[in-house]
Amino acid sequence: MSVESVFPALEPLLPRVSKPVQYVGGELNATLKDWDSAAVRWCLMYPDAYEVGLPNQGVMILYEVLNELPDVLAERTYSVWPDLEALMREHDVPQFTVDGHRPVGAFDLLGVSFATELGYTNLLTALDLAGIPLHAADRTEEHPIVLAGGHAAFNPEPIADFLDAAVLGDGEEAVLEITDIVREWKAQRCPGGREEVLTRLAETGGVYVPRFYDVEYLPDGRIQRVVPNRDRVPYRVFKRTTMDLDAWPYPKQPLVPLAESVHERMSVEIFRGCTRGCRFCQAGMITRPVRERSIEGIGAMVQNGLAATGFEEVGLLSLSSADHSEIAEVTKGLADRYQGTNTGLSLPSTRVDAFNVDLANELARNGRRSGLTFAPEGGSERIRRVINKMVSEEDLIRTVTTAYANGWRQVKLYFMCGLPTETDEDVLQIARMAKEVIRAGREASGRKDIRCTISIGGFVPKPHTPFQWAAQCHPDTVDDRLRKLRAEVNTDRSLGRNIGMRYHDGQPSLIEGLLSRGDRRVGRVIERVWREGGRLDGWSEHFSYQRWVDACASELPEFGVDLDWFTTREREETEVLPWDHLDSGLDKEWLWADWQDALDEQEQDDCRWTPCFDCGVCPAMGTDIQVGPTGRTLLPITPVGNRSPVSNPALAPTS
Amino acid sequence: MAPNPSSGAVQKLRLRYTKRGRLRFTSHRDVARAFERALRRAGVPMAYSQGFSPHPKISWVGAAPTGVASEAEYVEVQVVSRVDPQALRVALDQALPPGLDVVEAVQAESGSLSERIDASRWLVELPGVSAQTLRPAVAALLAAESVEVERLTKDGKRIMDVRPGVVTAEVLDAPPGVTSLTGGTLSTQVGTSGDSTGPSEHRKDESAAASGQCGILMMVVRQLTPAVRPDDVLSALRVVAALDPPVPAKATRMEQGRLDDEGRLIDPFTLDREARSSGAREGGLAGEPG
Repeated sequence: MSVESVFPALEPLLPRVSKPVQYVGGELNATLKDWDSAAVRWCLMYPDAYEVGLPNQGVMILYEVLNELPDVLAERTYSVWPDLEALMREHDVPQFTVDGHRPVGAFDLLGVSFATELGYTNLLTALDLAGIPLHAADRTEEHPIVLAGGHAAFNPEPIADFLDAAVLGDGEEAVLEITDIVREWKAQRCPGGREEVLTRLAETGGVYVPRFYDVEYLPDGRIQRVVPNRDRVPYRVFKRTTMDLDAWPYPKQPLVPLAESVHERMSVEIFRGCTRGCRFCQAGMITRPVRERSIEGIGAMVQNGLAATGFEEVGLLSLSSADHSEIAEVTKGLADRYQGTNTGLSLPSTRVDAFNVDLANELARNGRRSGLTFAPEGGSERIRRVINKMVSEEDLIRTVTTAYANGWRQVKLYFMCGLPTETDEDVLQIARMAKEVIRAGREASGRKDIRCTISIGGFVPKPHTPFQWAAQCHPDTVDDRLRKLRAEVNTDRSLGRNIGMRYHDGQPSLIEGLLSRGDRRVGRVIERVWREGGRLDGWSEHFSYQRWVDACASELPEFGVDLDWFTTREREETEVLPWDHLDSGLDKEWLWADWQDALDEQEQDDCRWTPCFDCGVCPAMGTDIQVGPTGRTLLPITPVGNRSPVSNPALAPTS
Repeated sequence: MAPNPSSGAVQKLRLRYTKRGRLRFTSHRDVARAFERALRRAGVPMAYSQGFSPHPKISWVGAAPTGVASEAEYVEVQVVSRVDPQALRVALDQALPPGLDVVEAVQAESGSLSERIDASRWLVELPGVSAQTLRPAVAALLAAESVEVERLTKDGKRIMDVRPGVVTAEVLDAPPGVTSLTGGTLSTQVGTSGDSTGPSEHRKDESAAASGQCGILMMVVRQLTPAVRPDDVLSALRVVAALDPPVPAKATRMEQGRLDDEGRLIDPFTLDREARSSGAREGGLAGEPG
């Protein structure tokens, strides 16, 4: 049965909403395939506004990988703003894809990429607008299989009721295997119905189907155990790891939206994984081991991507880009190659050392030296040992001095507040550090007008990290420390006026904490918040702390737990955590030992440069770190164009 | 001798482009970004401004508002080595998203392009409004000396008089099957250039609107300050005749140019074309392919 575009019904609504261009699709490099000739149809969703979701690399990669298969079709959908949601409800327009404006409910699979837990209510909006029952248990063969991926999928328990399945880890190969299973099941005329296809997915060991696991609780509210409730389903579900990044040079044809997005550049992922071991960092823990893309692979992706997109800036992406074993050769090679083409390179990196300044100088060779960003994360040496962010105050001052001496005018410093064992004193040290930076910077640059911006985020303990047992700091304490910090910054006006301070209040972090470490009982809270109007919780103008607090007060008491129980309560070693049956490769005993080391203020080295410290990932996953240097160089390419990265013979000079 | 690539601009080109189909929902900023990227993808040797953050030398001549389609938008670009205007047109059109179509390119010969434009011809489709309803409303507008409407701007409400801007306005009995500037009827223009993003629904939608009750208004509007937009004319129809379309109207800019004494529009490229044909004979500045 063919599926009609909803565009004719949508179009008359568009003049009545803000930024209508975000709903019309038409991105450069988008793919629209014939519906009827596709054997398997995926709808991919990034559950946030288009401007945030469109540049997401994960969705872009899977979209392209899937559409390269001749009998597979993949389209994208994003959250709609409340103005359009109201009109869609009034005029019976369902959640639609931006590619073919096809109704989301007509696809075989709906894959949702969760980078943050604050997107959970957006999932419910999309399901409801799509006409898909919110609860997986109420769905039939008529409805898409709803799958979650992304970092939040490492604990999908709070949204377990709404999901048919979750996939942990890298998606490139996982989506292909899922596609094979669904294709075969459909070709067999769907034997055993939805239950059977989900069982086939679950028995691979790499797809988590929450309904096939029962959670049993202790009388005090803690989890007793999580066990499979049927045959063919494994006790533990493993994350996926894509090993050879050069074999997966995606996105090859990055999407370029008509609308403005939050990242007006193309990105090339130069390596995946991180073993720096920052104890707060979930990404660094769950994406191990480190796998580098080769210098040649990077060069080819930059070249192809610039030709395919026309972007003026390329971001070299990773969790700590300056750590690539051949980063100096990569940056110099690319800066040489694209000199004179008005192409900018950026390295979103947080390393605090002089090497980083050298790289930044190279990247800004032809442009303005505006701002450099470093992430000491903690204000005092003590707290930096707790979080394992090994940078001394001396290093930091030396680094920023080099930066200011090299003509950089602004330094941004990232910190967290609410870290385990943190005291007021640790946070007040941030102000002292910032003042020292200004003092040193004025001396090094000989100028008064240099700036230092301190940006502070609230710490949220995350699953699969050494801090997964930690008590989250109460928002009142976080807000109080930030007030004291502001006062401390302003004690000396002659320095304080050059220091900017950016922070968010602590309340959204507490809710993020609830959703990060929650279990299946939190699903009731999410649903209530959504039913009472909760939308787009990642946006401060839409987020309502009170709505979440009230929903917790209504839904949780019957289970004998509450908001504090999930957030500000420290867990003990023996407690069964809601995600213990989901295997990120990290050894739980190692995580506990690292948590104890944190409390003892003991640091942990990086296994790329020191011996293995037995985090458990490589043996559990059959993987190994993959780092250079390879000693290879950027391959020569056809000369770049005149003032453009592309050379077009048709536009050769005519005289 | 090839111009030194490090020197400044050596040639200015003028382009007419369209905003068709769903591309009408782009804002001017969206269009500008799409152009800058397309120029890079097409390998156009753009001239850049000097300074810390160089920008490609592109000048825009007016811009149709967000939500309004157009067959006649204008832009000028400057390059650091001479290019064949036709080759530029083809390369840029290919690099732009379908719907933003470059339909004509000329080498700028003299004068200012913006001085050759002081009015637009607009086609406004009003689905759900019959010609019988629309006709007296338009007559009432033309009969009035002044029609003040409110427009919501960023700075609040603003009152403007629409009537002085309206030069001519007539209600058509049928959608214009006439050949427009680019050739082809309106419904086939939508989604040309192999619109892979799904032109079929536009076509269907437009024909459905055309076959049902759909008032068609063709008008020439002078470009005043503040600009009188198609929306303002619709507001004026609401004021003079309580006309309230059940669904938002669709407006398309059909041409721009200078008004001659008879109320017709003079194509702004006429002077460049004439100069180029004589220039090509003399020095072959911009070689004609084929």
